[in-house]
Amino acid sequence: MNGVFDLGGTDGVGPVVVPDEEPVFRADWEKSVFPMFALCFRAGFFGVDEFRHGIEHIDPAVYLKSPYYEHWVHTVEYHGARTGKLDLAELDRRTQYYLENPDAPLPEHEDDPELLAFINAVVPAGASAKRESDKPARFAVGDTVRVSRGAPVDHTRKARYIRGAVGEIVLAHGVFIYPDTAGNGRGECPEHVYTVRFDATELWGSEGAEPNESVYFDVWDPYIELVEAATKERTSA
Amino acid sequence: MSSHTRTPAEIAARVKALESMLIEKGIMTSQAVDRMVEIYENEVGPQLGAAVVAKAWVDPEFKTRLLADASEACAELGIGGLQGEDMVVVEDTDTVHNVIVCTLCSCYPWPVLGLPPNWYKDPQYRAAIVREPRKVLRESFGYSISDDVEIRVWDSSSEMRYWVLPPRPAGTEDLSEEELAQLVTRDSMIGVGPLAGASR
Repeated sequence: MNGVFDLGGTDGVGPVVVPDEEPVFRADWEKSVFPMFALCFRAGFFGVDEFRHGIEHIDPAVYLKSPYYEHWVHTVEYHGARTGKLDLAELDRRTQYYLENPDAPLPEHEDDPELLAFINAVVPAGASAKRESDKPARFAVGDTVRVSRGAPVDHTRKARYIRGAVGEIVLAHGVFIYPDTAGNGRGECPEHVYTVRFDATELWGSEGAEPNESVYFDVWDPYIELVEAATKERTSA
Repeated sequence: MSSHTRTPAEIAARVKALESMLIEKGIMTSQAVDRMVEIYENEVGPQLGAAVVAKAWVDPEFKTRLLADASEACAELGIGGLQGEDMVVVEDTDTVHNVIVCTLCSCYPWPVLGLPPNWYKDPQYRAAIVREPRKVLRESFGYSISDDVEIRVWDSSSEMRYWVLPPRPAGTEDLSEEELAQLVTRDSMIGVGPLAGASR
């Protein structure tokens, strides 16, 4: 979707501010939100792509100005409501209660060894989006390709600044979950992923580009069309 | 969808309310929260990436494996996992300087660098680094890259996670692997800063 979250190349958002030091978590509420990614994933709220798409639905003004982990609160709420796992009216009632009683305790509860075991297992193991597939790759390293202009209204990783641009495939990574289906609740439908190298002048024009710069962007197979096959490939074919 | 920007007190109350519901549903426990926080405050951080870099500096065969398949090579050192399942290491040279970004959200190689600093996740860096990398590096990070060095900006749009192998500095022949690792900064593996003790 063409949302403000798709920031690459946006001008006028101000300078990058880099503090000398900062803690990993800036407030206690950030510590509570961070584990919700893994725990609500486990509880079936979302996959990674849907998690991102929930963030993309945030009001643009809020997205740009809110603290990072507040984005995560929004996507947990969005998918909690969507899946029927979270009653937002009840959430509003409890929010009011904790606003008026900020030091009121959380509900008493027992430890759950399974949740602890899940955390200790998922952090070092992860959950790769790579998939086994005998699907042939339509493209090869060295091919010159163009990113299609198509502008999906729902979740995609085809950023606006690379649409229509021509570049060269420099890496082929194999087959991965396809965000344009998975992020929209339409299944994994895995596709080949490639890294495409774009000259900065291709993206920003000779007036807008800095000298001697290139951008490397990962695309899924359906995002691109062939402009010219790699010379080597053509000779061997 | 609300366009209301919450105050810190409102965010804290909202999160506590949400946490209370997730706890009652058995999805979340305070113990699981504390464990997750402990891992990313104390266990998983840029010291892990630094150890990988130092090993690549002293072991040419490991470096070859690291550049060929970073996830496999890091696994040799027991390093890997969430948000770094499929990693690619890109090497800086005399003619190429690499820098990473996620323009679409905040993707970052957690297993080797820990959780990203806030500026990496904020709109300003994500918007500008693909368009004016030299200016951003110079003005926000005090880090000047010569015009004759190509800047390659890696935008992490897929689940591949890119990070940077900086070159081993001259005059470090006598240092141990552990001492070398001390030179490797988080910023040098993002591509926005030099090694420790190096001039900008």
